[in-house]
Amino acid sequence: MLDDATKERLAADIASEDVVLFMKGTPVFPQCGFSAAVVGVLTHLGVPFRGINVLEDDAVREGIKAYSDWPTIPQLYVKREFVGGCDIIREMYETGELTEMFQTHGIDAKPGA
Amino acid sequence: MAMQASEIETLIMAAFPDATVKIEDLRGDGDHYACSVVSKAFIGKTRVQQHQMVYQALGGRMGGELHALALQTAPPQAN
Repeated sequence: MLDDATKERLAADIASEDVVLFMKGTPVFPQCGFSAAVVGVLTHLGVPFRGINVLEDDAVREGIKAYSDWPTIPQLYVKREFVGGCDIIREMYETGELTEMFQTHGIDAKPGA
Repeated sequence: MAMQASEIETLIMAAFPDATVKIEDLRGDGDHYACSVVSKAFIGKTRVQQHQMVYQALGGRMGGELHALALQTAPPQAN
């Protein structure tokens, strides 16, 4: 399932930026509606993030699901912490919790318009 | 592969007997569902934990035969 090398690599990816999104496709060209929705929210809030395209590597695609015990992509990590998938991000955005969470972590986010 | 809404509901109710479950077949194709689950089991849990509990109840089908299940979970509202 999740070998040590993959685990280390995922941990390094997650730590590589404050905000990291494991997604299908790229931020410019998402290849799944759920990934596109999270990209849309982050872009709307003006939060810089690194998108990691899981479609490029099956080890990452399957590995990240085991890593976080979460069965689907996208997955958003903020300061190494798993925040959620598409549904949670959307819900947090709508309630304003997402903006708050970014600000708590010292990440600039425009309040939801 | 598709799953019946009733099948999803049965699995969730088995894991959360007190739950109020609402399932909507978004496109009528048995493949894109929106589901809300309200249960006391979610009290004190983070959203991630709540969703993980539901995914566990679905026994690994999420992300497999069940591709699109928009999930919303909450503990009962205190009135």
